[in-house]
Amino acid sequence: MDVLSIIVAAIPVTLGVTAASFAIGALLGLVLVAGRRSRWTVVRGISRSIVEVLRGIPPIVLLFIIFFGIGSGSLRMEPFQAAVIGLGLVSAAHLSEVYRGSLLAVPKGQFEAADALGLSRTTTSARVIAPQAFRVAMPGMVTWAISLLKDSALVSTIGVAEIMSVTNQYARSSGDGLMPFILAAAVYIAIGTPLAIWSRWLEKRFARIRKAA
Amino acid sequence: MKSAIFSDWAEWLPRLLDGLWVSVQVTGLSLIIGLVVGLLLALAAFARTRLLTWPAVLLVEIGRGMPALVMLQLVYFGLPSVGLTLETYAAVVLALSLTTAAYTSEIIRAGLRAVPDGELEAADALGMSRSDVMRFVVIPQGLRIALPTLLGFAILIFQISSLAFSLGLPELLSQAYSIGANTFRYLDVLTLAGLLYLAVTIPAGWLVARFERRLSRHLTT
Repeated sequence: MDVLSIIVAAIPVTLGVTAASFAIGALLGLVLVAGRRSRWTVVRGISRSIVEVLRGIPPIVLLFIIFFGIGSGSLRMEPFQAAVIGLGLVSAAHLSEVYRGSLLAVPKGQFEAADALGLSRTTTSARVIAPQAFRVAMPGMVTWAISLLKDSALVSTIGVAEIMSVTNQYARSSGDGLMPFILAAAVYIAIGTPLAIWSRWLEKRFARIRKAA
Repeated sequence: MKSAIFSDWAEWLPRLLDGLWVSVQVTGLSLIIGLVVGLLLALAAFARTRLLTWPAVLLVEIGRGMPALVMLQLVYFGLPSVGLTLETYAAVVLALSLTTAAYTSEIIRAGLRAVPDGELEAADALGMSRSDVMRFVVIPQGLRIALPTLLGFAILIFQISSLAFSLGLPELLSQAYSIGANTFRYLDVLTLAGLLYLAVTIPAGWLVARFERRLSRHLTT
């Protein structure tokens, strides 16, 4: 098989790792941002610390801690599971920051109006604030998805057979160290560029809505 | 049990600190080289001729579009086939410099673009030449605007330097991994390495945030 078809065959694995990590991050990020806006100082402090640690540690170190550290002990893990847990946690921290920024963009009057109408805290969050904040958060979320796509190359180091991993193997066995990596780079760029264009489009559309309002 | 862990940590620490020093060196060198190239690329993207703007934009998009890990492998395993064989250390610095250049040129370009039009018009009205306008008006102000983001990126490239592990550079993660392989105490030693990374990135993050608030104080009041 030629190298391009080997790389193309690994695209679903890269996309799978990216999508699964993103989904975990999008959900856990909600928990973290709720924690950071909690009424209790302790909860706020803990949530903030978790975010700082997850953002401060290089993702590959976190992956190694999970796969070689925890995974070599009592809790056996497949590389794919460890990859998705590790990148999912990193995503949760970054996405919680995106959410937090978007919540700050919702005008205070919206909270006050919901309160004046006697809406409960949950209804206010779910029906009034979240839909508005989500629009603001969209471009940032897509930007994170692009970073995550590139970060997913890291999971080749713990043995997930995604793009980077099969490229490395091919380069080693064929002795050609140039072409396989150029093709891999091209594939990453080909997947990432449409996402980048989408993110820019969302940002422009949001700026237009805000100007009209 | 607890004291046993700490005595091991004390035994491993010197090696890990050696590794940390390599990480810091590689980060520093890549930042210096990458920032200079990044500034040149940003200026090229502002040039009047498309002969300069197009290649600059293309290079930046390629550099930012590929994972840093691919860049490292490409430089280390790929360049020898075009006749340029580099030692691990040099290959890591070159690859991280290229990644730095691509990202920072975008940050600098945004900073240069954020310089108000009035400044350019005023400089023009004063009869300054185009290169003088760039040198004395746009670049100093643009870099100042870009500075907090650039510092934030510096923290990121320090984290990215851990990928040099894949080429066998004896930086912090490599040291931790090889201690783990010898002792089978992966969790302990990798956690310690993680704490060392955090000991650099978290305070650095606070400093950057503080610095950013200071620089933008005049905007809010």
